[in-house]
Amino acid sequence: MSEAASSEKIPVTVLTGYLGAGKTTLLNRILSEPHGKKYAVIVNEFGEIGIDNELVVGADEEVFEMNNGCICCTVRGDLIRIIEGLLRRKGKFDAIIIETTGLADPAPVAQTFFVDENVGKKTKLDAVVTVADAKWLKDRLKDAPEAKNQIAFADVILLNKTDLVTDAELREVEARIRGINPYAKLHRTERSKIALEEVLGRNAFDLDRILDIEPEFLHADDHGHSHDHGDGHHHHDHKGLKHYHDEDMQSFSLKTDQPLNPDKFFPWVQDLVAKDGPSILRCKGILSFKDDPDRFVFQGVHMILDGDHQRPWKDDEKRDSRLVFIGRNLPEAKIRQGFESCVA
Amino acid sequence: MVAAHFLGRTAVLVLGEEELLLVAADGEERRLAIHGGGILAAAGDGERIVTGGDDGKVISTNPKGESRTLATDAKRRWIDRVAAGPDGAVAWSAGKTAFVQAGKGEARSLDVPSTVAGLAFAPKGLRLAIAHYNGVTLWFPNVQSAPEMLEWKGSHHDVAFSPDGKFLVTAMQEPMLHGWRVADGKHMRMSGYSARVRSFAWTAGGKWLATGGSEQLVVWPFQSKDGPMGKTPKMFAAFAVRVSVVACHPKQEVAAVGYEDGTILMVRLDDGAEVLAKNPGKAPITALAWDSVGSLLAFGTEAGEAGVVDLG
Repeated sequence: MSEAASSEKIPVTVLTGYLGAGKTTLLNRILSEPHGKKYAVIVNEFGEIGIDNELVVGADEEVFEMNNGCICCTVRGDLIRIIEGLLRRKGKFDAIIIETTGLADPAPVAQTFFVDENVGKKTKLDAVVTVADAKWLKDRLKDAPEAKNQIAFADVILLNKTDLVTDAELREVEARIRGINPYAKLHRTERSKIALEEVLGRNAFDLDRILDIEPEFLHADDHGHSHDHGDGHHHHDHKGLKHYHDEDMQSFSLKTDQPLNPDKFFPWVQDLVAKDGPSILRCKGILSFKDDPDRFVFQGVHMILDGDHQRPWKDDEKRDSRLVFIGRNLPEAKIRQGFESCVA
Repeated sequence: MVAAHFLGRTAVLVLGEEELLLVAADGEERRLAIHGGGILAAAGDGERIVTGGDDGKVISTNPKGESRTLATDAKRRWIDRVAAGPDGAVAWSAGKTAFVQAGKGEARSLDVPSTVAGLAFAPKGLRLAIAHYNGVTLWFPNVQSAPEMLEWKGSHHDVAFSPDGKFLVTAMQEPMLHGWRVADGKHMRMSGYSARVRSFAWTAGGKWLATGGSEQLVVWPFQSKDGPMGKTPKMFAAFAVRVSVVACHPKQEVAAVGYEDGTILMVRLDDGAEVLAKNPGKAPITALAWDSVGSLLAFGTEAGEAGVVDLG
């Protein structure tokens, strides 16, 4: 696909978060700020949005399984229909925002954009943004698998209602989030107050942007952009951060500076997602293949993989291969071993 | 363009937003603003065009260009699907509810398990097929008996009866069609497409089902009582790009075939003879329709171009 064609795709932001975390507050904020853009919004409960917008559409979160035999390949059929309908008004809006219910799994929403050809041709998934309640998230991670999924799946996390907890509690809940998903951009917010460029236009699913797959917290202190935080405490000190390992949701990365053999790697990764796809929420990778001058980038959601040659490796660039997995009860040792056997 | 229809010899192109574009036989164009937003669905029977919009309205437009609102959804929900039935009957859907209005009475409604994704009237009698997740509900709106359900797992997008009413076919989210023999619910799977089938049409006599969704015209045989089961489809007019729309001639076994590169071919189904009706262009063909005698062919493209080919 040419760059021109892909840049015309309408970006889609998925807004998730457990009940009461502050999704609707964020949505109202996005719609009411003077950004000069027009958003089409797909919501689940009408009436909660305080903004008069003719492009607000009610959805029913109708998830169905694709008939290809893989149990985790679920798709939001209502989104396919609604997005096709919205596209009739192409030119009338700049981006689409999908607000899911508090109990929704983000995967079927994301998979819809990979599975439906027409939707994928005209729109692109921009990012999954999860709003989490600083006070209650810790409890929800214990009793609500949906809340954990939403954190694990996120590209951007708003840790909201930070004014309702102590600094110690905040550090504790951040450490819990990092134990599940160290890769998402984490923002502390009050009343979902955040600069819109931190949640919109993130290009998190753009294969060309899968550059930064290092854990986010390792370099959280050197953000090169400005923030609009109410508390002014974003550039906090990570020293003394506790490390948590969530019992059933993990993430890990794999790395090698040896070139990979594509004839070993592709069968391995396809077999891996075919077998362990239900437990892999997301995966991403940058790969260096033997005798291949191009970087290969890929990403996946459960059993769906999407990848492409990206661009030639630069002369001054370190040619290594890196993979990241986030998932539930992942067989890490088996995956590591499998990956190592793909070395050329 | 959402769809193309004819009212007499006037071609009616349904635009994505608000308007109908009427193209008279002499080429004169006229625009009618009928909806206050996007037009999501359209159906026609030569006497009228029925449209459904994201303004929550169901509107009928007659050959004089007069429009009237048949219904307005109480909650201003999108009207996702519409169908035109016998004796002026009209069906539409909003969310999980299908509505039928026949004669002068009040509209009747039926809720199905998930969002309505296709509506079709049977050729005879007042019977409506409603496609949704995991199958099709068959409903006699004037009869008290419980609706019948034809099941097949998956998401069904569109539905149509064969002209004799013996078969029912749906287009699925997967690249395949599913069919049932209405009398006994016997299944028919029609697969092998490279994409979701977004357009299919029976020939005038109902012997063949012409389908898009592949890089050639795929035509399934429906002459026998078993439909296409155990038979291979005919394939014609192979191209580098996919067939986006098909429309069958009202009298002869000829299909007009619109491609994603803007080409339109006419294909004779007994021998595969092809005639070029339109050269490739900028945008995929998204709408095709024949007039009732089969001398005019109207088309529309995704970019909004429209035209009428006179085959006089």
